[in-house]
Amino acid sequence: MGIAVTDATTNVVTAQLRGRRRDVTGSLFAAGLLSALLLSLLILLLLLWDVVRTGWPVLSSRGIGFLTAGPSSFPAEAGIGAALVGSFVMMLIVALVAFPLGIGAAVYLEEYARDTRLTRFITTNVRNLAGVPSIVYGILGLVLFVEVLNRMVDIRDQGSLLSGGLTLAALVLPIVIITTSEALRAVPRSLREAAFGVGATRWEVIRHHVLPAAAPGILTGTVLSLARAFGETAPLLLVGAVTGFFSTGDAGFLERLTRSPFSALPVQILAWTTLPNEAFKALAAAAILVMMAILLVVNGIAIWLRNRYEKTW
Amino acid sequence: MASPAPTLTAADLRGGSARRRREAAIRRLFGFAAGISILISAVIVIALLGRAIDFLRQIDPSWLVADGWFPRRNQFSIPTLAVGSLIVAGIAMLIAAPLGLASALYLSEYARPRARRALKPIVELLAGLPSIVVAFFALTVISPDVVQRLFTQATFFNLMAAGIGVGILSVPLVATVAEDALRAVPRALREGAYGLGARRRTTSMRVVVPAATSGIMAALILGLSRAIGETMVVLIVAGGTGGSPFTTNPLGPGQTATGAMAALAIGSDQVKGAGAAFPSLFFVGLLLFVVTFILNLTSERFVRRARRHG
Repeated sequence: MGIAVTDATTNVVTAQLRGRRRDVTGSLFAAGLLSALLLSLLILLLLLWDVVRTGWPVLSSRGIGFLTAGPSSFPAEAGIGAALVGSFVMMLIVALVAFPLGIGAAVYLEEYARDTRLTRFITTNVRNLAGVPSIVYGILGLVLFVEVLNRMVDIRDQGSLLSGGLTLAALVLPIVIITTSEALRAVPRSLREAAFGVGATRWEVIRHHVLPAAAPGILTGTVLSLARAFGETAPLLLVGAVTGFFSTGDAGFLERLTRSPFSALPVQILAWTTLPNEAFKALAAAAILVMMAILLVVNGIAIWLRNRYEKTW
Repeated sequence: MASPAPTLTAADLRGGSARRRREAAIRRLFGFAAGISILISAVIVIALLGRAIDFLRQIDPSWLVADGWFPRRNQFSIPTLAVGSLIVAGIAMLIAAPLGLASALYLSEYARPRARRALKPIVELLAGLPSIVVAFFALTVISPDVVQRLFTQATFFNLMAAGIGVGILSVPLVATVAEDALRAVPRALREGAYGLGARRRTTSMRVVVPAATSGIMAALILGLSRAIGETMVVLIVAGGTGGSPFTTNPLGPGQTATGAMAALAIGSDQVKGAGAAFPSLFFVGLLLFVVTFILNLTSERFVRRARRHG
């Protein structure tokens, strides 16, 4: 007993497979998902509009003066000069401390360490450190850097640029380790084996082949971690960043690094935001614009580096 | 006349002793760098534990369940901070979970490669926003123009606005971790579903999402951990800098663990030496550390389970 295949049955089967109606609920569902992303974009744009609207008049009328002026209790004279210098010095400390330590730790974990219990403990530990709230790092900074430094160079009970920078370095260290590890893991095994095959030692393999191949990824990760450190506020409050007016007088560089009161761009923004005077809110918005411009440049460099040198194996 | 082939031993291939010494030294150097991370965690734990115990010795236990959090009046109500943190983190997750998961599902299952390249930067830009910027936004827009418009009884400083701000900051973390989990689901599962005639929505919701449950749980837990640890938004917009009575009202001012720590740090000049106020910072810090630590460990367990089954 056979089934006669007529045109009519073919049409019925085709229609069944294609689905007769348009999938309305499916389209609505997709539109709903997309609108979640667009809502995030809307929030970003609103935020940008809010900051530009409040802060742009300050930037356009004060110009470069706003970038160089120090803190002041008069809104018309206050600027972000001292805060910018503080932030840049701390970023320098982060780069000098966290980058070599973080890259070194990642190289050890990926290239040297065997899969022992200790290695796994360190890896888990690093990942947990990356999730510790930033304000807890402030406590680390307060206890380790501020008090230990105090004892070493006998100073008054206050933080310094050095302790602030070291605290931020500890904060981004796990991030540097994780991103560097990922970059190292992306380098194919065959590259290492080829080098070992011609008699290179482990360090020679790492220096001549693995690190150059992983450099773009490592660079992107470190730059992004620098951006993260640049925007952090909470830990600096604990190591004694000053939110109000201060003067460094004519202290020498070393003294300013280890003793003087200091500020940083995000701390300055916090101070101005919490003041009730609307004129200071405008200053805060202007400082946010400067900070976002710097972050945009830094992130842009990271993305450019990634696109320029990225290799797919 | 053929000479006998020289027999090479492992020792001949090992290289000179100077070379080996250099290798060992470099290895130790890298090992030292890796050890620093353990040192940092050890110092955090020791610093927190020691001083938290000092604090507990100084105070009367009943101060920990006082009517509110007023450090200068010796009222260190932990329930006040815990409930405040829960309210803020809860509101944050009400925003971050749907937004983050929906974004992840769209990027992973719906967006074509070009659309993905265009849309993914939204999440990345959001991730790059410093919390102080969102705090400013929460104070100048979210509180007056959103919360107070929707709820007329809301005060200017309120936990709701803080929760929304923290939620915005948690979206990118939830989205990226969840997207990684969804993309890790093998193609074969999707193709099997399509082969059975399932539509894209059915495939996504009935096949891909269930397969990625562990990773999605990890994303939500990490988002919660981030929300509990967020400081600046709470400090600026929750209105608890001067202390707070016990409250469960999200439309009024309140205080969280992180906010309390930051407030103590800012006002440390005035309270330093004044009894137990400043040391309470370490006790609250310890609680915060323990809670986020447990959350992070749990999420890592989920990630590992996802890897085993994926």
